[in-house]
Amino acid sequence: MGTILQMREITKTFPGVIALDNVNLSVEEGEIHALVGENGAGKSTLMKVLSGVYPHGSYDGIIEFKGEECRFSGIADSEKRGIIIIHQELALVPLLSIAENIFLGNERANGGVIDWSQTFGRTRELLAKVGLKESPQTRVTDLGLGKQQLVEIAKALSKEVKLLILDEPTSSLNETDSEALLKLLLEFKAAGISSILISHKLNEISKVADTITVLRDGSAVSTLDADGGNVSEADIIRDMVGRSLNDRYPPREPKIGETIFEVKNWTAHHPQHSERKVCDDVSFHVKAGEVVGIAGLMGAGRTELAMSLFGKSYGVDISGEVRMHGKAVDVSTVNRAINAGICYATEDRKTYGLVLDDTIRRNIPLANLDGIANGIVVDENRELAVAGDYRQRIRIKCSSTAQEVINLSGGNQQKVVLAKWLFAGPEVLILDEPTRGIDVGAKYEIYAIIAELAKTGKAIVVISSEMPELLGVTDRIYVMNEGRFVGELPTKDASQEKIMSLIIRSGHRN
Amino acid sequence: MSQDVIHQSSAAKPAPSGTAGASASFIRKHMREYGILLALIAIMAFFQIVTDGILLKPINLTNLILQNSYVIIMALGMLLVIVSGHIDLSVGSVLGFVGALAAVMIVQWDMNYILAGVICLAIGALIGALQGYWIAYWKIPSFIVTLAGMLVFKGLTLWVLAGQSVGPFPRGFQLISSGFLPDVFGIKGFNLLSMLLGLAVVAVMLVFALRSRFRNRGSSHDDEPALFFFGRNFILAAAIVYITWALSTFRGFPNVLVVMALLIAVYSFITTRTTIGRRIYAVGGNEKATRLSGINTERLVFLTFANMGMLAALAGLVFAARLNTATPKAGLGFELDVIAAVFIGGASMAGGVGTIIGAVIGAFIMGVMNNGMSIMGIGIDYQQVIKGLVLLLAVIFDVYNKNRA
Repeated sequence: MGTILQMREITKTFPGVIALDNVNLSVEEGEIHALVGENGAGKSTLMKVLSGVYPHGSYDGIIEFKGEECRFSGIADSEKRGIIIIHQELALVPLLSIAENIFLGNERANGGVIDWSQTFGRTRELLAKVGLKESPQTRVTDLGLGKQQLVEIAKALSKEVKLLILDEPTSSLNETDSEALLKLLLEFKAAGISSILISHKLNEISKVADTITVLRDGSAVSTLDADGGNVSEADIIRDMVGRSLNDRYPPREPKIGETIFEVKNWTAHHPQHSERKVCDDVSFHVKAGEVVGIAGLMGAGRTELAMSLFGKSYGVDISGEVRMHGKAVDVSTVNRAINAGICYATEDRKTYGLVLDDTIRRNIPLANLDGIANGIVVDENRELAVAGDYRQRIRIKCSSTAQEVINLSGGNQQKVVLAKWLFAGPEVLILDEPTRGIDVGAKYEIYAIIAELAKTGKAIVVISSEMPELLGVTDRIYVMNEGRFVGELPTKDASQEKIMSLIIRSGHRN
Repeated sequence: MSQDVIHQSSAAKPAPSGTAGASASFIRKHMREYGILLALIAIMAFFQIVTDGILLKPINLTNLILQNSYVIIMALGMLLVIVSGHIDLSVGSVLGFVGALAAVMIVQWDMNYILAGVICLAIGALIGALQGYWIAYWKIPSFIVTLAGMLVFKGLTLWVLAGQSVGPFPRGFQLISSGFLPDVFGIKGFNLLSMLLGLAVVAVMLVFALRSRFRNRGSSHDDEPALFFFGRNFILAAAIVYITWALSTFRGFPNVLVVMALLIAVYSFITTRTTIGRRIYAVGGNEKATRLSGINTERLVFLTFANMGMLAALAGLVFAARLNTATPKAGLGFELDVIAAVFIGGASMAGGVGTIIGAVIGAFIMGVMNNGMSIMGIGIDYQQVIKGLVLLLAVIFDVYNKNRA
């Protein structure tokens, strides 16, 4: 069998970031090719290049599919050639039936009139192929996630798929559904369909993959022959994280004091699937002047934990206790949490952090309007002074504090978010992915601010998917996986390998 | 006051730095704020010419104010509702309903009209609160809740009035709309009290404008070029002095103008200078971020609707007093005029953007067009078409400006 896909010297840059650097990937006909790497290693970007989301011309390099060079200008082009991608967030219309979803945009019709008998008949065939016993008329919203995943695959099959790309297909599935899905992939392989499988679950990968390509920092660092399961997880992990820490982090001398912030037995349930625990009996503490990291993969429940702590902004049926200086405090609304001295800077600053169309000086005092007002009357002089002060202290680069935050760079937007929370006067600052999407220089400045804050005795929690970042800025690291804290390490003893293996070992237990 | 507000809001917006071409870039950035004021002036000039000067005659100016008072009063509440990211379609029906209640209480039950007025305002606030409750706490789209309210209160108006018109009101109640400031100085044919009041307003306005300009000077690179500042203030001051003089030579300031001016001042102050105002803009700009900043967004939305209900009730009293009767048809379609005024005034459907002064100017643009076209004898058919096109144009102008910026 020959090579079905060749991606050669793919380079893709975003302003200030090289997302992919000369990546080569080749997939044989009828193989399952696994793509692994840390969050941000470039897996999704590579797949977006392949599927035409980033059209030809927006990247450098050559894509050859079945021996022909391809220049996709959009996802429709790549689908026409038989390259189908199934994203982590499923692209189904919940209120339409299975059959309608499968043939959406590709309807079985004569002159615009839908041929329902052909639609349902064909759907039944496809559902049989993926082993889903449901009526074609069932609404997608009435199916569990595992079955929805199968509908997506059936949809892919309806388009004469040659190469199936699955992005974290099992991340939200339970054990049985995951097994079934993997079995299906093996059946496809027997039928000659190639697949690319992106996954963090190394045990699954070593079970089904023929070849493994490891991406790190936008480069393909190794391609391992996994046929017959002769690759150890340790090898994969080493290749995934094996980069050196240079001085990308400001030096600091931690001065750690008393425990300020304590969380005990914190449990929260998913707002839609109330039987699912997003945080399961989590306990931790942070001391004055200490920077504590929470490591974990995407979907581990870190953001959910932080948001449920911050005014119960996420989740239902929340239980547990929060203590400040040993005394239990009420964090049941955001306002109470802020008053208790807890602040949370979100991972998604555009959606949850900033009023984008408003100015810097009006964003900064938003969490503490009383701090710039006499009674209910805003004192604009004080507002101006506060904004000017933070602009200087944390070096927000702008032409004036009257500039709208939407026009700032990511790093400067993040600084405005930090300024907002600093002005609220917290003792505990929870920073969720504080450097997501910002360039290296701005990252350093954010780290410097974190170090500075710790020096003034604040307790800081950093949630990050970038392990080097956690190793670079924290004093102690908690490891979270599937809603639970599965390990705690002093940063000086920690390494990416140790963290990764804690995560993976806890995954095996399920 | 009004001038002060425009300057405050413009000071909050950025402009590219650099001294060369500062005026040009300032115009570009503030096209909308000047544009709408210039549009009002242009429209007034146009009708002044084509109606042979009838438009600005004292008696017609008085009429113009009386005719538009209820739209302006409701536009103040609507601005808050729209800035918070919602809409209220029920205000016309609520206006009619409250007018009907007032008629039943005052005319049929012989209740004291002040007491009845207070009860009506409370009922208006309650109606707004009820609608706001579903919108804020149950997250039911405001479009649907207030559409339902529109039907419900239209029906209740018919029921309360039993399909009949109820009137007339006692003289004291009518004075809300048809009364004028007393002529305490006793000069025949000239209401000196009104004139003095008008001049005082202009003086206060100029002091505030100068103070705010002086205070903000240098603190922002967004300083309005001196020519603009003085030109704009001169035009505004001259306009107010002229209107004051014209009204004084007729019968003086209508009572409702005083009420309106006070409300405009209060709501301008709330939106530009208070923490509550800040919060409302923040909710409309990004509800999620605002909630995560510790602001009780639900209560805020609830209160904007309660406030809207109260202002609709006040408008209902003014309208009933002006007609001197409550009719089942009162308020029909008023919500559209009010909403149009707010959007012409530069508010954004998405929320977070808009000013009180803009909404008031928007209401006057609609009012002057109504009035001018009626004087010219243009049929109601063409009037509707022209008003619709003006609304569309204003919003297209907004979007065009935004895309270019």
